[in-house]
Amino acid sequence: MDTKKLQKSEKAGFAPLSMLYACLVYLFLYLPIAVVIAFSFNTSKTNIIFEGFTFEWYAKMFDNRQLMESFQNTLIVAGVSTVFSLVLGTLCAVGLYKFEFKLKSLVSNSLYIPIAIPEIVFGIAMLVFFSSVHISTGMFTLIVSHITFSMPFVAITVRSRVAGFDRSIEEAAKDLGANEFRTFMRVTLPMIMPGVISGGMLALTMSLDDVVISFFTAGPDSTTLPLKILGMVKKGVSPDVNALSTLMILGTAVIMVISQIAQNRLEQRQGGNNSES
Amino acid sequence: MGEPIIRLVNVVKCYHENQVVKKLNLDIQQGEFLTLLGPSGCGKTTTLRMIAGFESVTEGQIYLEGNNVADLKPNQRDVNTVFQNYALFPHMTVEDNIAFGLVEKRVKKSEIKQRVAEMIKMVQLEGMEKRMPAQMSGGQKQRVAIARALINNPRVLLLDEPLGALDLKLRKQMQSELKHLQKRLGITFVFVTHDQEEALTMSDRIAVMNGGVLEQIGTPREIYNRPETKFVADFIGESNVLDAYVTEVSEGGIHVKMEFGDAVLKAGGFVEEEMVYLCVRPENLKMTKEAVPNFNIYGTVKEHIFIGSVCKTVVELASGLEVKMTSPQTDELYAVGTRVNIYWREDQGVILHTKEEQLYNLIENTVQIEGGMHEA
Ligand SMILES: Nc1ncnc2c1ncn2[C@@H]1O[C@H](COP(=O)(O)OP(=O)(O)OP(=O)(O)O)[C@@H](O)[C@H]1O
Ligand SMILES: [Mg+2]
Repeated sequence: MDTKKLQKSEKAGFAPLSMLYACLVYLFLYLPIAVVIAFSFNTSKTNIIFEGFTFEWYAKMFDNRQLMESFQNTLIVAGVSTVFSLVLGTLCAVGLYKFEFKLKSLVSNSLYIPIAIPEIVFGIAMLVFFSSVHISTGMFTLIVSHITFSMPFVAITVRSRVAGFDRSIEEAAKDLGANEFRTFMRVTLPMIMPGVISGGMLALTMSLDDVVISFFTAGPDSTTLPLKILGMVKKGVSPDVNALSTLMILGTAVIMVISQIAQNRLEQRQGGNNSES
Repeated sequence: MGEPIIRLVNVVKCYHENQVVKKLNLDIQQGEFLTLLGPSGCGKTTTLRMIAGFESVTEGQIYLEGNNVADLKPNQRDVNTVFQNYALFPHMTVEDNIAFGLVEKRVKKSEIKQRVAEMIKMVQLEGMEKRMPAQMSGGQKQRVAIARALINNPRVLLLDEPLGALDLKLRKQMQSELKHLQKRLGITFVFVTHDQEEALTMSDRIAVMNGGVLEQIGTPREIYNRPETKFVADFIGESNVLDAYVTEVSEGGIHVKMEFGDAVLKAGGFVEEEMVYLCVRPENLKMTKEAVPNFNIYGTVKEHIFIGSVCKTVVELASGLEVKMTSPQTDELYAVGTRVNIYWREDQGVILHTKEEQLYNLIENTVQIEGGMHEA
């Protein structure tokens, strides 16, 4: 009884302090973002004082053909590389789960190398490789390099989902007449779907905001949005960059929310099968 | 009996160097309820998985309806399995789980719908069609698993300890439901359990396995009353297993001598001077203070244990060995400490050949006992 009371009072005593702490953390995290958003509606060209509200920069941004082109490039690269890394990463994770072979631990641990090595090294390596096989940089090399760095993330996320998988469920599907492919499509894939979705989201966001690797592997006509922004801020942060950033923040938030909802739905339906069995 | 529906010929299964199924020969008849019974790790699941096709056969052949199935994948075999942990598809409703096999067979949608409805009715899951497996109890999941397998009209249904996870009451209920279902549908059931009571009540025939070897196959009555090996006698029900030695084979039966007395049994195929085992069920043992022709096994009543419908009596023989017997509640019991003669109806004792190695054990033990006696 006494200890309970004590704990309660302790908690109460610390509550304002921890509240303050939490507020500071969130302020620290979100204030810069809030500033960017606010200044994207600023009539003044400088990011110092808020003078008035305007959509001018948004209009300007949409009129900027180069900007829109790089935006389009980013979407294509992110889309294509996500699809490929999803397929490759998922197959990789499932294969590593299913089969026993020599050097398996080597193969599975080597997944971490692209994640662990500094991006700049990775980017240079890519560039050196492409020029040594005489492929000039452009959309193709950009996509290939994005697949290369996002595939391991998908593989690792999916693998953590596959790890708790009850093999007899796949056996049951085969027992009921499904061949390997049908079993994968009807049973394995739906069950690892939450992992696939979060892997895909990871790949998508990584590709969307990659600067370093894209810097080395993009060609002159395949500039991505982050690269373009980097180029623009060299001359100082203009309000249209703020507007662009605001849109990107919005886009990311939407993707996050959708993927969270999708995942929760799936998990709920399956009722946490992995913890059961 | 016609052509067996499943035939295992000299089936061997090795995991690496480890032989877990050893030269198994087993014929399973059309329409029967056959139980594989044995202690944990004796190879029941492995045998079942080889029949289903999940596990390859190291040596020997398996025939389904006369066809060698060595090269057939699980999805190509006309057998279905009910897994111990149900293995329902967690992302599908009850309905979709049950329909799975028919969808794979590309049966028409309308027919699937109708057959699923029939199945759901049969396993009494009406109203739960749209539920997810996670929202069901163990017994309900079990019914879904059974319905999902049976909807394919398999020739054989393989069940691996399907009732293992259920509580006792539900277990009993499902036992009788399963048995009725099997009779009604006439499908061959191969049922795995390590629960001997379950095996005895449900099966047409029981195959008792031990250490990858088939010890005996027969009806529950045969297995219980006429065990053919010491293992079966010990494993099924309670049994008093006594070491003995054949002194005389005559018209009247086989006379045996034990360390602590003599007895007689009815059996054939034994020769004089052979070492044997005697197995007598506790309920077949009797005791008396009077002399019984051909029997003189004396001991003292050590204790009575009341266990409900019957009373269990432990009698300590002269050698220190204890035998158990049960008698109906109504029988008058001898007081603890009474000296009694133990006997049985000549046809109710079972006599078994010993194997060479067991014989050595016996001799060693006797030497040890004698040595111990000298010391004391
Ligand atoms: N995949 C495997 N690799 C190696 N050994 C195995 C494998 N599967 C089973 N075994 C071994 O084979 C033997 C028989 O196993 P099996 O699962 O058939 O036993 P069981 O009779 O079903 O036992 P239980 O009643 O406990 O289920 C066991 O000793 C087990 O350790
Ligand atoms: Mg088993």
